[in-house]
Amino acid sequence: MSIMDWAWLLIKILIVIGITMLHVAYVVYFERKVIGHMQARMGPMRVGWHGLLQPIADGIKLFFKEDIIPSNADKPLFYIAPVISVIAALASLAVLPIWEAFSIVNINIGLLYILALSSVGTFGIILAGWASNSKYAFLGSLRSAAQVISYEISMGLSLVPVILFAGSTDLVDIVNAQVKYPFIANPIFIVPFFVCLMAAIAETNRAPFDLPEAETELVAGYATEYSGIRFGLFFIAEYAGMFIMSAFITVCFLGGWYGPDAWIPWLGFLSFVPNWIWFMLKVYSLIFFYFWIRATLPRYRYDQLMGLGWKIFLPLTLASIVVAAVVKIL
Amino acid sequence: MMEDMKSGLDNKTDDAPRIATKELTLSMGPQHPATHGVLRLVLDLDGETVVKCTPYVGYLHRGVEKLSEYRNYFQIIPLTDRLDYISSMAGNIGYCVAVEKLFDIQLPERAQYIRTIAAEMARITNHLLWLATHALDIGAMTVFLYCFREREVILDLFERMSGARLTVSYPRIGGVKNNVDAKWLDDLYRFTDEFPMRLEQYETLIDKNRIWLRRTKGIGIISAEDAINWGISGPTLRGSGVPYDIRRYMPYGVYDKVKWEVPVGKNGDVYDRYRVRMEEFRQSNSIIRQCIKQIPDGPVMADAPKFILPAKDKVLSDMEHLIRQFVLITKGPQSAPEGEIYVATEVPKGELGFYIISDGTGKPYRMRVRAPSFVHVAVLPKLCEGGFVADVIANIGTIDIVLGECDR
Repeated sequence: MSIMDWAWLLIKILIVIGITMLHVAYVVYFERKVIGHMQARMGPMRVGWHGLLQPIADGIKLFFKEDIIPSNADKPLFYIAPVISVIAALASLAVLPIWEAFSIVNINIGLLYILALSSVGTFGIILAGWASNSKYAFLGSLRSAAQVISYEISMGLSLVPVILFAGSTDLVDIVNAQVKYPFIANPIFIVPFFVCLMAAIAETNRAPFDLPEAETELVAGYATEYSGIRFGLFFIAEYAGMFIMSAFITVCFLGGWYGPDAWIPWLGFLSFVPNWIWFMLKVYSLIFFYFWIRATLPRYRYDQLMGLGWKIFLPLTLASIVVAAVVKIL
Repeated sequence: MMEDMKSGLDNKTDDAPRIATKELTLSMGPQHPATHGVLRLVLDLDGETVVKCTPYVGYLHRGVEKLSEYRNYFQIIPLTDRLDYISSMAGNIGYCVAVEKLFDIQLPERAQYIRTIAAEMARITNHLLWLATHALDIGAMTVFLYCFREREVILDLFERMSGARLTVSYPRIGGVKNNVDAKWLDDLYRFTDEFPMRLEQYETLIDKNRIWLRRTKGIGIISAEDAINWGISGPTLRGSGVPYDIRRYMPYGVYDKVKWEVPVGKNGDVYDRYRVRMEEFRQSNSIIRQCIKQIPDGPVMADAPKFILPAKDKVLSDMEHLIRQFVLITKGPQSAPEGEIYVATEVPKGELGFYIISDGTGKPYRMRVRAPSFVHVAVLPKLCEGGFVADVIANIGTIDIVLGECDR
């Protein structure tokens, strides 16, 4: 590659990371507002107009807080755990096709790459719990390990029908395979979509599967001993993870950057809307769904969650793979 | 030595290799988001299963019982606020009922009605806070804020009635502090109109929710017999199917003049106790409505000059009343009968009993408070052992404790 190509790559990386960081800040604001209004209150209102500067203030606060490290902690691991989580989350961004010609790199195993990195992110959590040398953090990390085993498999398997129908693990190919209709419009994909959505919630440790950080049980779970910007890094990883999982589901099931104008003839007048807007709309609808669930549902118990993963989701996905394979052959 | 080690290694390889495990001791509290104050539980965990649970109490001990020996009967009322600060009205009323029985004071009709209304309002605020925190503990965050919205309305009514929202100190020995006006009763009636609709809202959020059912059904079971033997009272006892309610069996106030039912559960699990309290909301609501309809006019303080403070305008204009007020305030009621008495009332959390020994001076010789929270904490090991860490949280919520009352 020439020097210009390298520079363009670097600029693209900076743009994507910059936008993601801004997104993290404002999706927290979005969440607080959405949940606030669902709970008959206002959400942040003090800093800036309707609290618009609140995320900035929070970020500054986290940055300048004292970074406390427990004296008995395993220090190298304690330092590196949040970094692993953040790097795993941000590295996933590299392959997401936000619009047709835009992804930082286009590799032919994009789907597997994202699945792999989301597991690596869990390592950060497990290591954090271990390194803190605190009992609550330890229990949180154990739960996280159990959770990732229960859900990774269902999630991976729920994507097999997508690979079958798209005939590729390249994310761009998967989107292009949905040019006629998004996969979710096909009844075969309803079960995999649902399982993938639930597994994504478990993957990002969101309610009702927020067991590793269940506040009322484990104080803050794996993050109990973290403070300041190290805690902030976990926070960034969680919200960036939410964005990535939503984008991933959008790519795999909801038709990626294609809007309804591509699928429904009489909506053709909408074709002036840029592709990335359709993409973002789908992503934010999914994120809104995450918030909605958090405001509505109680928390699962550890064993019940494992039961759900192994006894319900796994058989369902296996059955849907068989159905999808049969349909594909026919 | 090498030989020893080698034989040791050989021995290990002969048998199946064993890794010794031991329980993880987790000190939960006194600072913990879900222990409802300063309760400390020491949990021995095998994985996430609770092998042993030991509650430690006393972090909020303020010596209320001992303090009472140095206060005259009037001055104890604000102390009873601080027992169960979630429903301080009920604590106040419990104390006043006990002292009135000791002094043999008959309350005027209107005061009885106002007290009954206030006690049931306290029950609603208490159960609202219980539902809010119980749901939050299990993870349903929204119910928490909805409950606080309704609780706010009642606290505002408390404020208009007594001047305080939380530590009300509203009842007096021989009656209540202020009369309530028609506007206040109207506003309360309007609240009771819409409150059942709010209850349905909470129930839609959690009652038909599969996660909620799985987190509460079959958890923390205690049989009726065990519940009686452990001395459990209130909704926690009724959840096990024992229809014991002091308001029904030893009525005070006007509980014998209104129609209401004692809701009971069947299985004695977390879910049944939740259902019992949800029904109690409706019963309290109906009691308040009936009381508002029946409430007569009249004075709100008893005619018992030896035990109650004289009216303020009399004090400011009349020497005898001034002297009487001075003596009552500084020394307490001098003609208190000697003897001892135990009177229990049904507060939202269970049976709150006051055992008072009077030696005829203006102060109790000894006062002992039978606090339901204290008794309920004792049963936690029975409920928690064998369950999961997450169930410990559900169990703490379901027995409805407040540590101010437990530690006194």
